[in-house]
Amino acid sequence: MKEKPFAITLDVGSSLANRTGAWRTERPEYVHRLPPCNGACPAGENIQQWLFHAESGDYESAWRELMRDNPLPAVMGRICYHPCEAACNRVQVDDAVGINAVECFLGDEAIRHGWTLEAPQATSGKRVLVIGSGPAGLSAAYHLRLLGHEVTIREAQDRPGGMMRYGIPRYRLPREVLEAEIDRVLALGIALELGARVDDVLAAQRDGGFDAVFLAVGAGIGRRAYIPAGDSARILDAVTLLGGMEGEGPPLLGRKVAVYGGGNTAMDAARTARRLGATDAVVVYRRTRDRMPAHDEEVTEALEEGVRMKWLSTIKHADGGRITIERMELDETGFPQPTGEFEELDADTVVLALGQDSDLSLVEDVPDLAVDHGTVQVADGLMTGHPGVFAGGDMVPAERTATVAVGHGKKAARHIDAYLRGTSYRPGPKHDPAAFDRLNTWYYADAPASVRPRLELARRVSTFDEVVQGLDESTALFEARRCMSCGNCFECDNCYGVCPDNAITKLGPGKGFAIDLDYCKGCGLCVAECPSGAMDMIPEE
Amino acid sequence: MNAAQQVKFYQVGSLAAGNRLLAPELRSDQSDPDRSNALTCGHRACQGCGEALGARYVLDAAQRASGGNVIAVNATGCLEVFSTPYPETSWQLPWLHSLFGNAPAVASGVAAALRAKGRTDVRVVGQGGDGGTVDIGLGCLSGMFERNDDVLYVCYDNEAYMNTGVQRSGATPPTARTATTQAVGDAPGAPFGQGKSLPLIAMAHEIPYVATATVAGLRDLEAKVHRAMGMRGARYLHVLVPCPLGWGTPSHDTVRIARLAEQSGLFPVFEALDGEVTAVTKIRRRVPVEEYLRPQKRYAHLFTPEVRTDVIARLQRAADRNIARFELAEEVLP
Ligand SMILES: Cc1cc2nc3c(=O)[nH]c(=O)nc-3n(C[C@H](O)[C@H](O)[C@H](O)COP(=O)(O)OP(=O)(O)OC[C@H]3O[C@@H](n4cnc5c(N)ncnc54)[C@H](O)[C@@H]3O)c2cc1C
Ligand SMILES: Cc1ncc(C[n+]2csc(CCOP(=O)(O)OP(=O)(O)O)c2C)c(N)n1
Ligand code: SF4
Ligand code: SF4
Ligand code: SF4
Ligand SMILES: [Mg+2]
Repeated sequence: MKEKPFAITLDVGSSLANRTGAWRTERPEYVHRLPPCNGACPAGENIQQWLFHAESGDYESAWRELMRDNPLPAVMGRICYHPCEAACNRVQVDDAVGINAVECFLGDEAIRHGWTLEAPQATSGKRVLVIGSGPAGLSAAYHLRLLGHEVTIREAQDRPGGMMRYGIPRYRLPREVLEAEIDRVLALGIALELGARVDDVLAAQRDGGFDAVFLAVGAGIGRRAYIPAGDSARILDAVTLLGGMEGEGPPLLGRKVAVYGGGNTAMDAARTARRLGATDAVVVYRRTRDRMPAHDEEVTEALEEGVRMKWLSTIKHADGGRITIERMELDETGFPQPTGEFEELDADTVVLALGQDSDLSLVEDVPDLAVDHGTVQVADGLMTGHPGVFAGGDMVPAERTATVAVGHGKKAARHIDAYLRGTSYRPGPKHDPAAFDRLNTWYYADAPASVRPRLELARRVSTFDEVVQGLDESTALFEARRCMSCGNCFECDNCYGVCPDNAITKLGPGKGFAIDLDYCKGCGLCVAECPSGAMDMIPEE
Repeated sequence: MNAAQQVKFYQVGSLAAGNRLLAPELRSDQSDPDRSNALTCGHRACQGCGEALGARYVLDAAQRASGGNVIAVNATGCLEVFSTPYPETSWQLPWLHSLFGNAPAVASGVAAALRAKGRTDVRVVGQGGDGGTVDIGLGCLSGMFERNDDVLYVCYDNEAYMNTGVQRSGATPPTARTATTQAVGDAPGAPFGQGKSLPLIAMAHEIPYVATATVAGLRDLEAKVHRAMGMRGARYLHVLVPCPLGWGTPSHDTVRIARLAEQSGLFPVFEALDGEVTAVTKIRRRVPVEEYLRPQKRYAHLFTPEVRTDVIARLQRAADRNIARFELAEEVLP
């Protein structure tokens, strides 16, 4: 027996001998959940993860994480309608995280610093033809190239970009930004043939010896509605107007311009008309503001710039600098009905913004390729009925946005890659959603959203300068740090701190934590106090 | 404002234990992978015990503040019983236990011995439950205060004598059900108009430092331990530590319940120097007392068979009084 100090008669032991883990009926575990922002991003960006990098000021890592899914962050940071923000859990605390603004900041940083990607050798020996250089085509080409294939893009126009160039006005998307991002994609070693309209896809595939084709021809034909008009009426469609802005001289519209339609294209047409000198730009739309397909932000910006709105109106006749409009009334189903009340309005030009159709002549003779309601039908993997011919973007049935197009490009690339390798692509299982009620928001400091500065109004109606400006570095950092990291550990150490039994071990930065089941009593405090909902309790067997 | 709060960090503010973006010295002691774990694993406290958690928070911080030179003196109570059943101990620091009611006197004695030996580097922490502190140990504690002995005394307040089966103490709040204040009769639970606030009694001694805290405010609690350890003389810290067993709350709710006690105004969190309140922790997300009471079985009789709106209103008035008296409400800017 060991010699003991004076007056000590008993040996002491440590309570470590007492394995209190035996009391447990449930155990904690670390999990990953799908943040709602990620779930809502049409391009499938891992937003929470790139914000995680941005929060530490490591913008390059953030950008690289973003680039895994989307090759056009500076463009997206300007024109994406950011469904991620509508889904963001922080909406329920104060305001959504300014995801789109941070994305724009990262995109601009990349351009400023000239960050580039290494392209792997085109080792697969397979060649893919991409038809169309809009966001869908560019995204597919980018991802296919990174997967090791040789890619050629054929574009009918004499500049690449699709509707990002020939639709979206420069005051929303400066062309230097667009050029920089397209150039970076092409620099991966993608061949771009301009002024190279494809008239017969199978002939082009055969003649060029391509192993697969991705169709991304968009929807570039402005829809015309029949409006009884006199000889002197000047009527053109919005796509022609906006596309004309990229030509030599800007289109002549006159002082008074009526734009017919209620979508984003109508807003762009009216705002462009204002900038071309129209003193009066009126949007004529048959329903009410809340039923307009145009995004609220765009309507607000148009109104700020002096665009007038005529809700509940249809154009009945146009001639000699005047139009006749009929007032409408919504019936119980919300459908507009004519009232028989008419009004006259001055209009030197009528611009039709009634939607766009695809020119599908290039697929007319493709066996098993189905066209329905003017769109090409595709299966889950974006392949048409004709093996090896895939399609995406505006020409297939889906929401028509640039971000959806980018997402299609990525998805198609993965399926084309599998097709070329003679396998099939199966996406990994999705994590369960990181619902708001899993968060413990107490731990997030109060931090109201930052607002992106706007160009002063006088310059907005007289120039095509960019209206919505970027965030500076400190504001972008602040905004990134508002993210709550929904469903994914961000190393706040709460679980480690709050365990009354010291049953959690901290493994170091980026390595997470381990639970010592010898001592964990299964109280659940770590799970309850995890701010981000990155832990679950599961029953013991 | 502590240093961590001055850092412009909005992801978790300074409220979580750690923060990968803060310099390590600005993070909490509890987030340190090498924290001392004064109370280590294998103790026999209930699942989710607030007292076990609070004691580790306090003693790890005290050890950090004094280079590891702390002797703890413990009163009888859960904290003593669950940590030291023979032959095991969970304490990883010198630790003494004598009786239920004499911990402050023993702590004074240890401090005197250290003074006699010239060991001013070694610091003394006395600790006990609310029964040991506000009731049976009060005479010894008052003596320790009035002599200004160099001891930090910490009361872990779980609002009853838990170790012996949840009997009422002088810190049991009105209407709470305990084994000795049953939920029967016209005025069920502990009576209104009895009990005492030991922080205010301590302040009446005009000792250098008195503070309250809860296990829901780790950063605040650690800052107070560090401040107290930076001073000499008699210091008193009163920490609210919910007890899942005695309060009838789920084990995972311990921290949430402490937070609700603070946010309802029922447990004011403040700091006093030389008998004057010098700082309070403002309520950040104010809640009605009902939100605090309802999840606890010790208040179940306020909600079944019928909701006792009269009694709840009276408790709300007590919370409102705290909020007015300690100025707990966030200032509304004009
Ligand atoms: C005015 C306007 C504003 C918009 N604003 C936004 C916005 O702010 N945010 C947003 O997300 N979306 C916006 N959109 C929608 C978005 O631009 C489209 O959804 C997106 O560009 C579709 O991408 P895509 O690649 O499918 O087609 P497109 O961008 O239309 O590109 C198709 C390309 O294929 C080429 N092509 C066509 N036929 C052939 C052929 N036979 N051979 C070779 N090349 C061919 C075309 O010249 C074109 O370059 C807007 C659209 C318009 C019209
Ligand atoms: C003089 C004396 N009376 C009674 C007891 C029995 N006893 C042991 S612990 C305890 C209650 C402790 O209550 P509290 O101080 O609030 O600590 P808790 O267990 O609630 O943490 C009692 C009454 C005792 N040990 N000594
Ligand atoms: S808080 Fe962050 S992770 Fe959560 S939804 Fe918003 S951006 Fe995504
Ligand atoms: S806090 Fe500790 S004891 Fe409780 S469940 Fe988590 S790891 Fe287990
Ligand atoms: S409590 Fe913090 S450190 Fe622990 S899992 Fe949750 S986010 Fe990660
Ligand atoms: Mg007690």
